[in-house]
Amino acid sequence: MSSGKEISYPNDVKYAASHEWVKVDGDTAIVGISDYAQDALGDIVFVELPTVGMELKAGDAFGVVESVKAASDVYMPIGGAIAATNDALKDAPETVNSDAFGAGWLLKVFPYNAADLDKLMDAATYKSKIESGEIH
Amino acid sequence: MSIVANKPEPLLYEMSNPGTIGYSLPACDVPITQLPNHLMRDDLRLPEVSETDVVRHFTRLSQKNYCVDLGIYPLGSCTMKYNPKINEEAIRLMGMSSVHPMQTAETAQGAMQLMYDLQNYLGEISGMPAVTLQPAAGAQGELVGILIIRAYHLSRGDIARNEVLIPDSAHGTNPATSAMAGYKVVEVKSDARGNMDLDDLRAKVSNKTAGIMFTNPNTLGLFEEHVREVNQIIHDAGGLVYGDGANLNAIIGIARPGDLGFDVMHSNLHKTFSIPHGGGGPGSGPVMARADLAQFLPSPIVGKNGDEYVFENPAHSIGRIKSFWGNFLALVRAYTYIRSYGKEHLKEIAEVAVLNANYLLALIRDVYDPQIPERECKHEFVLNGTRFKKEYGVTTLDVAKRIIDYGFYPPTIYFPLIVPECLMIEPTETQSKASLDEFADALLKIAQEARDNPKLLRDAPHDTPVTRLDDVKAAREPVLRYEHA
Repeated sequence: MSSGKEISYPNDVKYAASHEWVKVDGDTAIVGISDYAQDALGDIVFVELPTVGMELKAGDAFGVVESVKAASDVYMPIGGAIAATNDALKDAPETVNSDAFGAGWLLKVFPYNAADLDKLMDAATYKSKIESGEIH
Repeated sequence: MSIVANKPEPLLYEMSNPGTIGYSLPACDVPITQLPNHLMRDDLRLPEVSETDVVRHFTRLSQKNYCVDLGIYPLGSCTMKYNPKINEEAIRLMGMSSVHPMQTAETAQGAMQLMYDLQNYLGEISGMPAVTLQPAAGAQGELVGILIIRAYHLSRGDIARNEVLIPDSAHGTNPATSAMAGYKVVEVKSDARGNMDLDDLRAKVSNKTAGIMFTNPNTLGLFEEHVREVNQIIHDAGGLVYGDGANLNAIIGIARPGDLGFDVMHSNLHKTFSIPHGGGGPGSGPVMARADLAQFLPSPIVGKNGDEYVFENPAHSIGRIKSFWGNFLALVRAYTYIRSYGKEHLKEIAEVAVLNANYLLALIRDVYDPQIPERECKHEFVLNGTRFKKEYGVTTLDVAKRIIDYGFYPPTIYFPLIVPECLMIEPTETQSKASLDEFADALLKIAQEARDNPKLLRDAPHDTPVTRLDDVKAAREPVLRYEHA
């Protein structure tokens, strides 16, 4: 259910047009879905994540986020090897709704392809593209 | 509505009264043998009820059921049209209901003639002469179609094609079908007029493209304005065009997919040709293909040898996909439907379906927001509920739930996925003007309620045996097995 809260667009992550975010943390990149995405999906009831060790390219589907409305593929915003997945989401998928940029993270990628970061958007660009309807 | 309709109906288990017996068996006339202990269980606790308990239970349940024989059933993308009763008379004719699948072809000539004629009718309607009636439903028809495309490429030694293009407005079965046939799915974006984005299509088509799966009219209820161009782009790249015939009901008798450049398609007989939907009986999803693809069709096909109808196996068939001869009684219903309209009148199905959808849209468009307001719709239309959510805090789910209180089945919601807060309405050609007016009136009243009293919508439905269900809890903590209290 939409909380009617303001959608947040933190500045310390980069965004893909398919609504995933990446945060660089030393050698590792952390990946999740944006606040806009969780709000549009509604109550998330199931998250399917890849096996640790898989290597994926930017744009590859890495899992599924399922809400009461729809099951949506989620895509790698950057290429790299899956170093960890957020196992806590198995029992508490709603964490993605309540804390999309924090405890609701999906993946840790190490090593990751740093060149892919340049193709992602900063918060202002992502926000303006959503507000103009260019991406939805 | 029945006087009992609004009371919750208990489960048979809850009605169980120990010692009540609903049967009477004659004395056992064979030696009694005890089952081995490891096969015995004592945890089943079957309900103990009388015959009248059971009959009344299921009769009450049936009275709570909503069906198209009761009122408008505007599920977008589902085409809940009336199922003519003459179809049911036809399938009850002795030769239809009693023909046995193991009969020899010589003794089933009448049934085979019906199949042969239906193949020809569907070939004529689609503009694709090679037809199989075997697929058990639309989804299986899709798989058959994509396997035919795969067989076509492989037969030419063209083995490197491993991608299928699919627009982002597609039904979910399209990517599932492609993946099942071993292809990688490449998504093509829609543009601002609800067409396929041709630049994105050109960027994604390549010598790896086996084909495209393309629904026209699409799930936004819009006719693809560049249909010939899309198909040309795919053909120029060496791919084939698969037509998802889900929305054939919007163009039947007016445009033929074969003439528009489609190579293979399926038609869901429940959507365009009035057989009952899933719960009402087995489905059927015939596949039509252009003439040179006939060699790949699944076997058998009904052919004609002089005056005799015969089962034929195409030379390079993808094989059998269904036991026996398809879902025969579904074919009889579709045949009856086509014959009862007649060649001259089939196009009225599409004309009235499109008229009804545009009439309904015209009645509500000042209050609800069409996704693509500048275009007329085909047989269905989609509304965008973003403004309701922002201004009134009312979601499309809330609107849909409130529709139940007005005595109607709610439309499809949250599909297609590219439309936020989507409400998707398909009235079908079998609604009268009065029925459309009544439904539009309810939608307008609900919009007024959304402004004046949004809580009424958020808590809806109010007048049903059970009110708003907690679907989030049900999905997060599913209880998959009934446990006795």
